[in-house]
Amino acid sequence: MRRLWKRWDTRLCLIVILVYAAAALYGEVVYRAARLNDRTPTYNTVREQSRYVPPAFVRLAAVRSRPAGEPLYLLGSDNLGRDVLQRLVQGTRIAFHVGIITSLIAIPLGVLLGCLGGYFGGRVDSIVVWLCATVASMPGLLFILAIAMVVGQGLAGVYLGIGLTTWVSVCRNVRGEVIKHRHRAYVQAAEVLGYGHARIMFRHILPNVAHIILIAFSVRFPASVATEVFISFLGIGVQGEPSWGIMINNARLRLWQGVWWEMTFVTLAIFALVLAFNHVADELRDLLDPALRTEVV
Amino acid sequence: MIPTTFGVLVLTFVLFHVVGGSPAEVVLGKNASSESLAAFDAHHGYDRPLLMGRWSRIRALGDTPRETLTRHPESGLLRLPLTYALPAGLYRVNAGRVLIGLRESATGTTDEALVDGPAPMTFAVREGWTAVTLDVEGVTASRVRLEKGNRGLFDSQFVHYLTSLARGDLGQSIEYRLPVAQVLREGVGPSLALTIPILIGGTVIAVMLALLCAAWRGSVTDRAVLILSTVLMSVNYVVWVLAGQFLLAFKMRLFPIWGFESAAYLVLPVLIGIVSGLGRDVRFYRAAILDEIFKPYVRTAQAKGLSGHRIMFRHVLRNSLIPIVTYVSLSVPFLFTGSLMLESFFGIPGLGSVSLNAIHSSDMAVVRAVVILGALLYQIVNMATDVCYAWLDPRVRLG
Repeated sequence: MRRLWKRWDTRLCLIVILVYAAAALYGEVVYRAARLNDRTPTYNTVREQSRYVPPAFVRLAAVRSRPAGEPLYLLGSDNLGRDVLQRLVQGTRIAFHVGIITSLIAIPLGVLLGCLGGYFGGRVDSIVVWLCATVASMPGLLFILAIAMVVGQGLAGVYLGIGLTTWVSVCRNVRGEVIKHRHRAYVQAAEVLGYGHARIMFRHILPNVAHIILIAFSVRFPASVATEVFISFLGIGVQGEPSWGIMINNARLRLWQGVWWEMTFVTLAIFALVLAFNHVADELRDLLDPALRTEVV
Repeated sequence: MIPTTFGVLVLTFVLFHVVGGSPAEVVLGKNASSESLAAFDAHHGYDRPLLMGRWSRIRALGDTPRETLTRHPESGLLRLPLTYALPAGLYRVNAGRVLIGLRESATGTTDEALVDGPAPMTFAVREGWTAVTLDVEGVTASRVRLEKGNRGLFDSQFVHYLTSLARGDLGQSIEYRLPVAQVLREGVGPSLALTIPILIGGTVIAVMLALLCAAWRGSVTDRAVLILSTVLMSVNYVVWVLAGQFLLAFKMRLFPIWGFESAAYLVLPVLIGIVSGLGRDVRFYRAAILDEIFKPYVRTAQAKGLSGHRIMFRHVLRNSLIPIVTYVSLSVPFLFTGSLMLESFFGIPGLGSVSLNAIHSSDMAVVRAVVILGALLYQIVNMATDVCYAWLDPRVRLG
């Protein structure tokens, strides 16, 4: 971690991610509070009289003389007079939900299967490899969409779709690493001591391959956020909540009439988060997995 | 390959037949009568058991609350709420005594039959007759189960699914009212017209850039291209499509916006397809080439006095082709299944837009067919790639 912090570009990316995480937490609080009090949350409040208000920084004079009670609209308002900034924050919340929940599905599944296959070998391994090959041969995005469609129920379907299709790479990496460790001296020592399979697998080998989990998380997170944006853009995922994909879809139609702010800010928000995560993922991989190092020595 | 193909078929079956719930309800809607639902099930074979079994549940009892059941006026038996008249066939009720009210469909003659014995009771309705009422005894109202007999133990949906696929019968598209196979055949052409230029153009450009980066590794160009590719990678696909369509086609009027009439309509989608994949490709190819560039044979070639070009193209590129071919082969199945976004946004009637439409209209048969097609192609391509290895690297031996 300290090595990551030392370089200015990674530090910047980590700060960006932290800011997003804070925004997501704040969004969660707003969302929960509105749910608890059974009120329409502020990010969904419709104000017919202030549709398509440009961002505050391009109409400084108008901001000062705005009627009492009108929100500031720092990043403008959308077709129903809803605050773009607040909806962006909610989008961040959903993006973090997607990134974290799909990881919670995919990573344990991949790690468990990878450990089992790599440790036991033989028939167990054949089954694991067969499962990986089967899921890997499904046509990615379409399969996710099909799962989301069949499961239905908005976000739950999206979580399952992304989670159940992306464990394969985690599983393959973990399995490869476990195979490397399988016959090392410390594993043999543990076997001689009479420890059970589960204990050797999860107490002895797993900590030694844990860096793969960290890398997998940092690679999966931006990828699943991007997939969620795509899916909800198509109108299959979230309904009625301001996911980034839905915001893009809304903004798309007004773009042709010159309403540029919603589109611009959503795009930038997605871009910055994904870029920061991708960069951190690269650095993590270079740091933790010298075999995959891309930098020239 | 055969186990994996079987796995794919099982997985699609589980997804579309088990998890997906009743296809009849999806197609006919929630308010359809249970008679039409049952007719749909019978017609498409969904009234059979999923995997195996002699008996399968039917919809005839509906979801009337069982507490409201009445008794037969004379015999005092419990009257079952049949939502439709049972057609000819073998049935089973988990009751000890069943009074069946029968009607001959042609003449309207009615008849009654009583079967008695240890539960469960089976009875058959003859051809030309239907069972209109059922009165039972010896079972609590909430526990009553009515099942239909099947022709054989393995006359199941799964076996039916496998055999119809083996015959090449992919089912009927509800949306297009055409056989799915025909829908697929019509969509493959436009998809290929879009995806092949993207694959070829994208690969050539990315490999060239990667070679440049690798040749000048560590230089400003290398760093710039690397940073640029991380940036390109982070732009969402949706944004590429929308920005391209809005800025290049609408604002600057460089390309037609929508349609599939001439090659000019394909230029913009192909460009977007290439650019959106470029970042990831360049990074991958660069890493693959760098893996080779420090090997001793490169130094030998340099020591022999070969020119930089010759080393890069004849020696390094040739040796790094294996990861490159593997990487490219992964996208070959998608050549056929097309690009969901590009096709639907630029009005190209390929498989991508077909499957997106199918997902929007819950046209299961089409979605399922495209998923299976993609998965099978993937495996065929995998095998072809192995053959390619042997050709690229004489050390690899097949078999």
